[in-house]
Amino acid sequence: MKQLAYDPLNIVICGIGGQGNVLAAELAASAMNDLEYRVAEGETYGAAQRGGSVMSHVRVSADTDLGVLIPAGEAHFIIGFEPLETLRIARRYANPGTRIIYDPRPVYPQSVLRGRTVYPDLEDLKAEIDSLCKEAIQVPAADIALECGDSRAANIALIGAFSCLEGAPLDTKALEEVVAQRFKGAVLALNQKVFALGCKAAKEAVR
Amino acid sequence: MDWTLTTDAPGRIVLMQGNEAIVRGAVESGIHFAASYPGSPSSQILGMLGKIAKERNFYAQWATNEVAAFQACLGTSLAGARSICIVKQNGLLCIADALFCAAQHGIKGGVVVVTSDDPGSHSSTNEFDSRHMALSASVPMLEPTNMQEAKDMVPYAFEISEQTKQVVIIRLTTRVCHGRGSVSLGAIPQVQRKLDVVDEWDRMVCVSFRHQIMLDSLEQARDLFEESPYNHYSGPAHPKKLIVAGGTGCLYTKEALGLLGDPKDVGLLQLGTIWPIPERMLLDKMRTAEEVLTVEEVDPFLEDALMNLAGREQLNLKFYGRSEGTINRVGELDPDHVLPAVSTFTGIPQPPRQKVSDEPLLERDLNFCAGCPHRATFFVLKQAMRREKVPGVVVGDIGCYFMAGAEPGQYAYQINNCMGSGINVAEGLGQLSAYGMDQPVVTMCGDSTFFHTVLPGLCNASYHNSNMTLIVLDNSATAMTGFQPHPGTGLTAMGDEVKPMSIRAICEAMNCTVEEADPFEIQETTDLLTELMHRPGLKVLIMKQPCATLMAKSRKEKITVWVDQNKCLGDGCGCDRFCSRVWGCPGNSWDFKAGKATIDPVSCVGCGVCAKLCPQGAIIVEREEAKA
Repeated sequence: MKQLAYDPLNIVICGIGGQGNVLAAELAASAMNDLEYRVAEGETYGAAQRGGSVMSHVRVSADTDLGVLIPAGEAHFIIGFEPLETLRIARRYANPGTRIIYDPRPVYPQSVLRGRTVYPDLEDLKAEIDSLCKEAIQVPAADIALECGDSRAANIALIGAFSCLEGAPLDTKALEEVVAQRFKGAVLALNQKVFALGCKAAKEAVR
Repeated sequence: MDWTLTTDAPGRIVLMQGNEAIVRGAVESGIHFAASYPGSPSSQILGMLGKIAKERNFYAQWATNEVAAFQACLGTSLAGARSICIVKQNGLLCIADALFCAAQHGIKGGVVVVTSDDPGSHSSTNEFDSRHMALSASVPMLEPTNMQEAKDMVPYAFEISEQTKQVVIIRLTTRVCHGRGSVSLGAIPQVQRKLDVVDEWDRMVCVSFRHQIMLDSLEQARDLFEESPYNHYSGPAHPKKLIVAGGTGCLYTKEALGLLGDPKDVGLLQLGTIWPIPERMLLDKMRTAEEVLTVEEVDPFLEDALMNLAGREQLNLKFYGRSEGTINRVGELDPDHVLPAVSTFTGIPQPPRQKVSDEPLLERDLNFCAGCPHRATFFVLKQAMRREKVPGVVVGDIGCYFMAGAEPGQYAYQINNCMGSGINVAEGLGQLSAYGMDQPVVTMCGDSTFFHTVLPGLCNASYHNSNMTLIVLDNSATAMTGFQPHPGTGLTAMGDEVKPMSIRAICEAMNCTVEEADPFEIQETTDLLTELMHRPGLKVLIMKQPCATLMAKSRKEKITVWVDQNKCLGDGCGCDRFCSRVWGCPGNSWDFKAGKATIDPVSCVGCGVCAKLCPQGAIIVEREEAKA
């Protein structure tokens, strides 16, 4: 078992219902369990699978059983599927050492589309996210997935990107293995392509 | 992950959801029978049991409602079977009468009820605390802290149930049901226990002289709980400050104590046996304590029980918790509520955090899924109501269509009680037409709810010829909770195909006027509904259109929907951005740069209804056979 950079190590994955963030959390959690860490994972979705905010917490320790929710300010990594949701989570869970990876593509809340409210300026969102953490990397996960032929694979692009982050508890190889276990045939091939492109995008963004 | 549920690999550590852990616990208990009606957050349990039932040689059923599920378990108990019934907190309330009677007649084979509470109401309309049912029915209750205990408590509950001849309840909460944790597997019995021959003089009968026997069995459970492996104490032998925590509260408290530097003078008592409370064990710590903080989900249940105990024993203690206000009285526990409470209680300041903006962020409201037929149904309903001189009354019910009470359903209904209530509430209103109320009355129910509780109400409303319309939202699934089969679907939990029941035929047999319509045919269906609302007596309109999520999964052709922005007139159209503002499907978005409508390709499921409604015909639907 590799020494963890932090114990417990805390990851928040956030987005909107239906984006596949729950599956992304499950993939990361299974991979850590297979490496014989103690893992706790909590999902906040409820009726939010119908358009609401969704977040998953993944917590890893060498030997301690943890509660499934991360205390405020204690996230080491945040994986965001949408910029507004990423900011929401960064405000609550980030600290000056947190690393964030997120898709900058906005998904408008119904109140914006119905004309009652205005979506925040994307540059303002980026600036505030940047100010709350050590490093925030943008990866166009949904675009990558759409270009590869299936928007549902955006979660795999982000998981791929996450595996390339400095200090990530799971390397590319471990996560690739979980993806290979979970999917088959054409879906696996698509996910492998998306995973690699996510990883590449993260590396380029860091440079 | 079926293998984790049925593989006999004791000691192996796997990542399990709390719901999976209950399934595994049931398998390790050698159950004979399982029954449930779906309810979040514990819906997945019976679905998984159904899949493995044949392999493990037990019976599993999605029952028509919770009462049917629980009473079937009681029947099997008479033959010595071990049975498990899974409900959510509202379902536990449904079985109240049956549970109270069962508590008094007792059981033979072990009966375990798993109930899932939903603190914070993530997928419920209320935060009812199941523990009150254990107290008032006088039956034992357990509550796990983590996924490992969720699994281990199932066989333990069966042992307690059979030793005390009593139903035992396991209370879960959303964080345990939907959370995942590392679980060490136990052994699976190689031989299933044989069923008993029911003896001529066997009795499970609720009669009043058994009241004392029931209370004695509760005291027997209390004695067993004094030595239970699910109650843990850590801290000084004689603490001045004592924290008593149940369920998820235990781990949040441990974490909070850790963040505060693990103060040595505070004792933490983690209680897994929630009812009856192990009094000797508690008093051992309470006698020397001066202050007690209770950390628990929903109501101040343990706090009240401890105060009662302290009063009886004349202990001079100060109590903190949810009734006193150190912890939020309403809503879910989480580390961010427990840490300040433990900090206040111990007098140790919280660690500092970076400052963040308190400028409010846009919230995301719930919405019907993209392509959901309910959006169309409620659009039709609102249109029909707006045609009336005096708009009618809409009575809501519980299902995905609960959201119709907010923006997605254009604030459709004025009253909504509990699941299956719509027909009865509307029946009452419908009788007032003879007494001066001149407004049409419309209610609705889903197809699964129709079988669950609407049947007796429909019988009543039809027999008494109430002036009302029932819309049955027939989407061929119990969609809200994850597509479980029901008697209209022709499938069972164990995957057998059976003869489905026709909602239409049932309504006709009850002498109702019945019509069927496709909610996606907006104009035609609005006309039909208007006409029905004006016919006297009880009318049933069955809206036939499968759940969009199910449709998208089974569809063979590839459908692409897009907006021809040359045709879309934007804000110059006069439609008030109908597709994204009024229709409000997540698939319909707005291109703020171009000032024209657009389709969100990530959300759109290709139902094509918005294309029919666009006044300019600017939304294009393209169909092609999907490549294999």
